[in-house]
Amino acid sequence: MSDEQRTRRDFMQSGAVAGGALLAASLRAPAVHAAGSDEIRIGLVGCGGRGRGAAADAVKSSPGVRVVAIGDAFADRVSETRERLKELGAAGAVPDERAFVGLDAYQKVIATPDVNYVILATPPGFRPTHLEAAVAAGKNVFTEKPVAVDGPGIRSVLATYEAAKAKGLGIGAGTQRRHELGYVEALKRVQDGGIGEIHAARAYWNQGSLWNKPRQSSWSDLEWQMRNWLYFTWLSGDHIVEQHVHNLDVINWAMGGHPVRATGMGGRQSRISPEYGHGWDHFAIDYEYANGTHMMSMCRQIPDCANRVAETIVGTKGVCELESGAKRYELVGGSAYKFTGDFTNPYVQEHTDLIASIRAGKPYNELKQVAESTLTAIMGRVSAYTGKALTWEEALASTEAIVPTALAFGPMPMPPVARPGQVT
Amino acid sequence: MSVGRPAAAAALVALAELALCGPGTSGALPEGPAGAAAYTATVPGSSVTFEMAPVPADGTAPGFWIGRREVTWAEYDVFRADAQVKVQRADEPPPGADAITRPTPPYADEAFGFGKQGMPALSITHHAAHEYARWLARRTGQAYRLPTEKEWERACQKGGDARAVTEGRAWVRDNAAEKPHPVGAKPANALGVFDMVGNVAEWVDTGSSALYPQVAKGGSWMDEASASGCAARRVSDLSWNERDPQDPQSIWWQTDATFVGFRVVRSFEAK
Repeated sequence: MSDEQRTRRDFMQSGAVAGGALLAASLRAPAVHAAGSDEIRIGLVGCGGRGRGAAADAVKSSPGVRVVAIGDAFADRVSETRERLKELGAAGAVPDERAFVGLDAYQKVIATPDVNYVILATPPGFRPTHLEAAVAAGKNVFTEKPVAVDGPGIRSVLATYEAAKAKGLGIGAGTQRRHELGYVEALKRVQDGGIGEIHAARAYWNQGSLWNKPRQSSWSDLEWQMRNWLYFTWLSGDHIVEQHVHNLDVINWAMGGHPVRATGMGGRQSRISPEYGHGWDHFAIDYEYANGTHMMSMCRQIPDCANRVAETIVGTKGVCELESGAKRYELVGGSAYKFTGDFTNPYVQEHTDLIASIRAGKPYNELKQVAESTLTAIMGRVSAYTGKALTWEEALASTEAIVPTALAFGPMPMPPVARPGQVT
Repeated sequence: MSVGRPAAAAALVALAELALCGPGTSGALPEGPAGAAAYTATVPGSSVTFEMAPVPADGTAPGFWIGRREVTWAEYDVFRADAQVKVQRADEPPPGADAITRPTPPYADEAFGFGKQGMPALSITHHAAHEYARWLARRTGQAYRLPTEKEWERACQKGGDARAVTEGRAWVRDNAAEKPHPVGAKPANALGVFDMVGNVAEWVDTGSSALYPQVAKGGSWMDEASASGCAARRVSDLSWNERDPQDPQSIWWQTDATFVGFRVVRSFEAK
């Protein structure tokens, strides 16, 4: 239920006097935010479709929000985004001097004094560096998922989480199911014992293939890889990390923690040509939690196969079935339940909630939970790539840093496709 | 003269030769004017077939064929896979009016967990349905298109589907078990057409090329019986694609409209 709906309903239920007061308050609010000290001023880092979408969602989510600076590695992305943001009116008007281009654009966006809410929406390989910089500068952050692609990245992000907590900064993560009301209500019931004790879980993201940008002759290796970031593990983490992290996060949420061990397999069957980099197109992982519960996880990006994007939690008394696409959130058996509440767009709600927490002076910080779900996915990938079982401690302590430390547009060799049993 | 008779006769089989009469249809289907019998055609480049039933002229309103079933994923996916057609991204400038384009890859499960086997293509945009019809027309040389709202309503009324719900020919909220169903699972109407009312609401041609608003007819598996019927219409808006987190949002796929699909028509008089 949106605040507007809630206000309207409250008005109808609570009579003219109380309702009138509410209405007056809601009419005043935007003016206060627009001119007051709690205005949210967005700095957008990463001007792809999701970055623009997140900025627009944030503006829609609450009064008193506008975009004040943007940055991307590529000039065309920045100019497209400035054009698109104009649809938001004054809330999307970004002046020339605050539209930054280059591999260091993130630093300039974050350093813009007005910015107090940084949206991080570049390919995930850059995320640990960007998170660290934003928190060091004392900015609230909305970070897209995942938040890293390797163990060293996760350790950096966990340190940033502590730093943000010490500074009282708000950090929201783009695992939007955590703000999807059907999930919130169903998971609350699961955690209250609605299906008994959890003894198994399943998580799926099986879909067709995604976009690919044909290489232009003017593109360096690095530019080609960044514009096709999905298919390069140092940029995306591979699709188990980049996409399936959503489903893994739901199971971690239900379990109240992360798995301790993963045994995975996978490969590439369909996307075998050079334009698809070195990424895989399917994974299947057996995850084990500390209490012995197993999660079966599978993800695939191959066209014309059986699709499913969903989570199932099996308890001793019932089953919880969750499927965001079909808006299915229900408990079967046990304390049977079906979400029938008002639906709100979770991509907007995640900003509504974060901004409300910041304005209330009690900013929440989702960085640790999204870091743990990201490492869950990384642990599965590394296990599948190597063919070895992997523990949480091993994944977290990994010294395999796959993101280059010094980047410049130019030659950039591509790692070979991982071959299980042949990777040390 | 009856025109519009399919030229590629080899691809067509007289409906009477096939055991096509679905449950509830008794005997031969009504025929249109001479040369406008029901027929079966093949989606070009595939072995997927679809059937067209005649809707006779009515006074000054010309006759046309209408798809006996809602367009299925099997039919739609042939269009999606046609490598000779340009994929049109939402962030690219639109091509010239004559250029036909095909969809970008869908994000997540385009069938929303309902499966694809025998199922209607659903939650696609009006633009996507329109391009499918244009593609089918280009590939077959037959003038397939979306029905106008008047044509759609006439086929619904002539088929007796004002009574579709009461006579058990429609998947609506009360009987659909919260999901869309394979096309043609309920009895056909008097024209031999299935699922005009209910199952998925059906895009019609409004004359507008805007992505939103557009009109979908007939009600759906999600709608109450009282909101389903020949006059029922939903008017689309951006909420039908509310959860597309990209900007610009997809011009092909919608995240929140599993209640909408489409069927095609073809005029007796070819234009």
